Amino acid sequence: MHELSIILNIIEIAEQEAKNAGAASISCIELDIGSLSTIEPAAFDFAWKQGVRNSMLEQAKLVTNYIPGRGRCNYCQTVFKLKALYDPCPQCGEFLAEVIEGKELKIKSIRIEEKQTT
Amino acid sequence: MCVTCGCSSHHTHSTDDHHHHHHGQGHSHSHSNGNHGVQDKLINLEKDVLHENALLAQRNRGYFDAKNILALNLVSSPGSGKTMLLECTLRDLKEELSFYVIEGDQQTSLDADRIKATGTKAVQINTGKGCHLDAHMVLHAIQDLKPEENSILFIENVGNLVCPSMFDLGENQRVVIMSVTEGDDKPIKYPDMFHTSEVCIINKTDLLPYVPFDVDRAIENAKKINPKLQFFQISCTTGEGLDGWYDWLKQQTTELKSA
Repeated sequence: MHELSIILNIIEIAEQEAKNAGAASISCIELDIGSLSTIEPAAFDFAWKQGVRNSMLEQAKLVTNYIPGRGRCNYCQTVFKLKALYDPCPQCGEFLAEVIEGKELKIKSIRIEEKQTT
Repeated sequence: MCVTCGCSSHHTHSTDDHHHHHHGQGHSHSHSNGNHGVQDKLINLEKDVLHENALLAQRNRGYFDAKNILALNLVSSPGSGKTMLLECTLRDLKEELSFYVIEGDQQTSLDADRIKATGTKAVQINTGKGCHLDAHMVLHAIQDLKPEENSILFIENVGNLVCPSMFDLGENQRVVIMSVTEGDDKPIKYPDMFHTSEVCIINKTDLLPYVPFDVDRAIENAKKINPKLQFFQISCTTGEGLDGWYDWLKQQTTELKSA
């Protein structure tokens, strides 16, 4: 269940950025999560609800973009969809794919509500 | 408060130094429809969630490089024989090589005690509810251990084939251990760990006559995920195959020195 520690990292980064920008709260957070990144969506959503309690993200809308895996065969250079790390190249059948997409674990953006200055 | 890195706990590293400077690039607008002038602003971050861990891992790596230390991250499911492999290695090679060990477990110092009994300096990290070691924990363990130049540092990760795969500790190489009682389909069930490792040790080969484990199939499965994996088949009970592992360790330290 590493999802929770990943979420705590996300909260830490998002809160720091929001505070630096003078935010009162975070209304939305958008994440890029690769489908080969070992994050299990159900476990992630479950842990998210617990993890964001009493944080600036408690009320934030969570937008998660799950990025499908793509690999490039190191043997014949074919680029193909990788559902699992052990998918063979559909062109030559080799298991030498280099993952080019699907390992992402990134905060894409946050939407903040700024403190009123007037 | 930690003097070296300024942290107060595992999750309070300041990210101030590493902004991606997208601030102000996001569009800003005010809501007029009932939001009473609250400024709503989008901040594009494009920030890697494990960025902080990656930085600390590189810092550890720099320390290892400077001191010519071979750091090996040992990963496996619980009960595959990581600690026993270390006990054998330390006992058999301690006259020839210099070793240090970082032990990671959720609770107890039982493993570190076993290592210390071999006469090797060891530090125990208890992760509590955490399911993996991270670069920050290792950084502090190195401060305790103070490994000497030209030594080998074994980092025995928490027994878990999933989570530790995501966390770079700054190791030179990752060694995944599976035992023949676990099933030869383990690599494809837990592909990430095999994908990120350089070496795969198949342990408890003395039990092969009693279990349906097919070594060739296990290797074939692991190679589907990572064709570059190097394999050792060993039994810590009988000592079979350990020579190959020991030769590899000696060769790695020699290569480090000449690099």
